[in-house]
Amino acid sequence: MSETVKFTIDGKECIGKKGQYIVDAAAENGVYIPVLCHMKDVIPAGSCRVCTVKANGRNMAACTSPVEEGMSIENNTAELLDIRKAIVEMLFVEGNHFCPACEKSGNCDLQALGYKYQMMVPRFPYVFERRNIDATTPKIFLERNRCIFCKRCVRMIKDAEGRSIFAFKGRGETLEINIDHKLAANMTDEMAQLAMDICPVGAILRKEVGFNEAIGTRKYDKKVIGSDIENNHQ
Amino acid sequence: MSKPIIATTSLAGCFGCHMSILDIDDRILQLIELVEFNKSPIDDIKTFTKQCDIGIIEGGCCNSENVHVLKEFRKNCKILISLGECAIMGGLPAMRNGIPVKECLEEAYWGGPTVGLNTEKIMPNDPELPMILDKVYPCHEIVKIDYYLPGCAPRADLIWAAVVALVTGDELNIPYELVKFD
Ligand code: SF4
Ligand code: SF4
Repeated sequence: MSETVKFTIDGKECIGKKGQYIVDAAAENGVYIPVLCHMKDVIPAGSCRVCTVKANGRNMAACTSPVEEGMSIENNTAELLDIRKAIVEMLFVEGNHFCPACEKSGNCDLQALGYKYQMMVPRFPYVFERRNIDATTPKIFLERNRCIFCKRCVRMIKDAEGRSIFAFKGRGETLEINIDHKLAANMTDEMAQLAMDICPVGAILRKEVGFNEAIGTRKYDKKVIGSDIENNHQ
Repeated sequence: MSKPIIATTSLAGCFGCHMSILDIDDRILQLIELVEFNKSPIDDIKTFTKQCDIGIIEGGCCNSENVHVLKEFRKNCKILISLGECAIMGGLPAMRNGIPVKECLEEAYWGGPTVGLNTEKIMPNDPELPMILDKVYPCHEIVKIDYYLPGCAPRADLIWAAVVALVTGDELNIPYELVKFD
């Protein structure tokens, strides 16, 4: 059995495994820390920073920092909630997020965090940058306007030989998500569905399906993101 | 004490937000007990006839006339509310942002599939027409906006709760289901 460590989150006593990332250990103790780029059991990217917590007095990404014995973690403080809200707002103004016209609306993690933090208007000016769509592969649309560069697709969607179907191109302002057209040509429906499901926003969409869930019945229409984690452990 | 006065307008919007105002159904009878309406499509008063307390703005600014009306609202209303996605972030009209205006107009009047009859390549240029802006602006990038009510359209219950809270001074507690971006 792996070694256990004791730590606290906002004063609540928690138990985790040595080496476990804060975000995963927190979830097992019924504490929700928001994530956009992180996926359990996948090597973390630490790119979105929305999981920022204060661990022993320092701001850290909860998805890349392991729990330590006696660690004191702050999670739901006013300061951290505002940092997270600011990150969500930044992601909204950086891309082109027209939720009313988005197939992912209602099932989108970024939007759900906007709801959770009651984002009425972003504090930053909108960038309205032109980004192009790649609709040339048989199974999916790549809607770059909504990509938040979480790298989930790059890390997770691979072909039978382990080659990534998605990749980043460029740096900084020119960074964009791309798809390998040769590999994508052999994508199965299941792979396309998985890619759409793991993308936290509406940047990867399956062709020929969509808007097939009624408003009011979608994932986040009535349920706050993270409430399943919080409710599992009461 | 006289009743608070409300004005409303639709800029670059689809009137969906105004429809949502009407969606408060029979509460509209309570509303007219609470407030008086001035310039608004709801009562068809076309120009401000007095200073107003609350101005409700639907739609963003896509042309010079929108900017003019919005500034008039700022001058004539103590409190301005951006109602709906278009007022808050430009909304669907802002999907043209990032594409040069020239390209948009050429596609709309010359290149589009339904403009085959425009063989002389006429671009609407009547001086009466408001000038189209380089992009669609969220209202708060043009004037100061005091409150924001998101949604496409914002839920009628959200509009109702917000207006009642503003008028009565009661605290506004918004249920999770009411703040949506679609
Ligand atoms: S990806 Fe999410 S936030 Fe972006 S437009 Fe779609 S629903 Fe809205
Ligand atoms: S396409 Fe989706 S999964 Fe891939 S990096 Fe962009 S947001 Fe993340």
